[in-house]
Amino acid sequence: MAEVVMPQMGESIVEGTITKWLKGPGDKVERDEALFEISTDKVDSEVPAPDSGVLEAIFYPEGETVEINTVVAFIGDGSKVGQHAAPSAPAAASPVATAPPPAPAPPAPVPVEPAVPPAIHAESGKRIRSSPLVRRIAREKGIDLALVGTGTGAGGRITKKDILAYLDRQERSVAPAVATTAFPPAPESRFGEFETQPLSAMRQSIAEHMVRTKRVSPHVSTIHPVDCTRIAKLRSASKDQFLQQNGTKLTFMPFFLQAASSALKAFPVVNASLDGKDLVLHKDINIGIAVALDWGLIVPVIRDADEKSVVGLQRAVNDLAQRARSKALKPDEISEGTFSISNYGGYNALLATPAINQPQVAILGVGSVTKTPVVIDDAIAIRSISYLTLSFDHRVIDGAVADQFLEHMRGIIENWNTPVL
Amino acid sequence: MPDAVAAVDAPTCRVLDLEHRGYREAWDLQLDLVRKRKDGAVCDHLLFVEHPPTITLGRNADAKHVLAAPDRLRSLGFAIEETDRGGDVTYHGPGQVVAYPIMDLRQWRRDVGAYMRALEDVIMGALLDFGVRSDRVEGMTGVWVGGAKVAAMGVHLSRWVTSHGLALNVDTNLDHFGLIVPCGLTQPVTSLQRILGRSPGRAAVVDALSRHFGAVFGREMMAAASRP
Repeated sequence: MAEVVMPQMGESIVEGTITKWLKGPGDKVERDEALFEISTDKVDSEVPAPDSGVLEAIFYPEGETVEINTVVAFIGDGSKVGQHAAPSAPAAASPVATAPPPAPAPPAPVPVEPAVPPAIHAESGKRIRSSPLVRRIAREKGIDLALVGTGTGAGGRITKKDILAYLDRQERSVAPAVATTAFPPAPESRFGEFETQPLSAMRQSIAEHMVRTKRVSPHVSTIHPVDCTRIAKLRSASKDQFLQQNGTKLTFMPFFLQAASSALKAFPVVNASLDGKDLVLHKDINIGIAVALDWGLIVPVIRDADEKSVVGLQRAVNDLAQRARSKALKPDEISEGTFSISNYGGYNALLATPAINQPQVAILGVGSVTKTPVVIDDAIAIRSISYLTLSFDHRVIDGAVADQFLEHMRGIIENWNTPVL
Repeated sequence: MPDAVAAVDAPTCRVLDLEHRGYREAWDLQLDLVRKRKDGAVCDHLLFVEHPPTITLGRNADAKHVLAAPDRLRSLGFAIEETDRGGDVTYHGPGQVVAYPIMDLRQWRRDVGAYMRALEDVIMGALLDFGVRSDRVEGMTGVWVGGAKVAAMGVHLSRWVTSHGLALNVDTNLDHFGLIVPCGLTQPVTSLQRILGRSPGRAAVVDALSRHFGAVFGREMMAAASRP
């Protein structure tokens, strides 16, 4: 059972207008379910029910403006629907009432002047003259009025204009520092003949992300050779049929994705994020795949990669890559990745050390699958070798775990025996 | 998604420029993000969008403030949408930068007044980057230049998670405002194009708003590397 009150939506807000009752008398309500909507300033807010039960009475109709902390409704067990008397004078509920209804509980102190002692300059002990409005702004913005200096008002009084100008200066001095960390000036680079090109918005965001990832997480990389002969043969054998059935070529990506999904399950610390001092171990396996674009790079995400077949993974890779290039990805297709793969093998790169996609803690790099002479049982054989790199955040993953992760992947790839189709 | 740098740095706010989107489509995206934000599944977001000509009616809208008949509006290709944001009637259209922050105010300040003033700070700061001094007018939410409104605001809150936001006229066709009484006010509207005699371009305005948003709210703005 609970009284429902007009909530206080902010320090300077003393009343709210009920715009919509989402429940009527006699309706069942669940705690935290939206019960009514109020409007203050230009903000429309849903107000959740403070308790579960039955809405027994509504004291103020839609359109009424009431002071904060006024009881506007009652939630009970359903035995007294319609039997509640309004908690204040009944006339108060009438739309023509001009005086706000008396609040049953004294409202929280809002603009009570003496509650805020006049600011005193800590060093000189001199009293700083300002208006209540200025002090409120100072309090809201966490400004020490002493730092604003002498005001332009009568007797050095700090006016609203003074404090807003101060805030403005503060913002101006902060904003460039935030925005330019990835872009320090390098005047010595301008020599000889040159032209300059401003960075595109995408390039800037990539740059900022890269600076951030290198700054936040200490990366190291481990590189393992993996014999892909078995999956290469499997791929050759089913290539034509795959193309016929699916209208698309079969690549090595689905194999690496499946092997990575399995390794992520075996080593949950790799499928994680670090949030402050909490390691967030993700239950979902959502693998981002880096897609090179003519104008930059994007990492769309294959959700629940561990639940997909080779065919399903190949389709997902093609679909995401294609839509990345036609700028048709949806926002949720580039968010909530838990791990990423960068496949630079297609560009004939043998090995590389990719940068982690924040806030993930590891990324897999896949080098080109290349026919290589290798020694097997003291004989030289020609095998299809790919170098797999795991770049990992050394704050949370140790080298031994990273090596075991890649060895797990190697075991799956080298012993692959499930058919593709 | 929780961000790895949350504890050592400012919380992250992801910036997504949706470019041209219908009002409904962008609203659906907002609703989805609001739901995820409430569950803590995503970080704060700042969406930018440019709508086709659309007249929207806020929760407190007065039908009288739509001056043109609905049929006439539809024949002009205008969409009419009822929404759950605060405020009265407004117009969205090409040349207007619309910003929708999806932000959990519990992780900033539980204060709608402070939030609205902060949004005004964001706009005023961004305008200053283009050499434009603007004001607020006590009791009339929005941002004003020389007595004309350059940016309108309207917000919805659900468990302290924000949606809807602000609309800043860059090179909007201001004649379209003649079809409504914007926000129930009779003051004129203006645009950056009209103030400066030229348009700084959408991209520069989006960039300025995003930077000032980060500075005012203490968020590290991370542009999502895509135009979905």
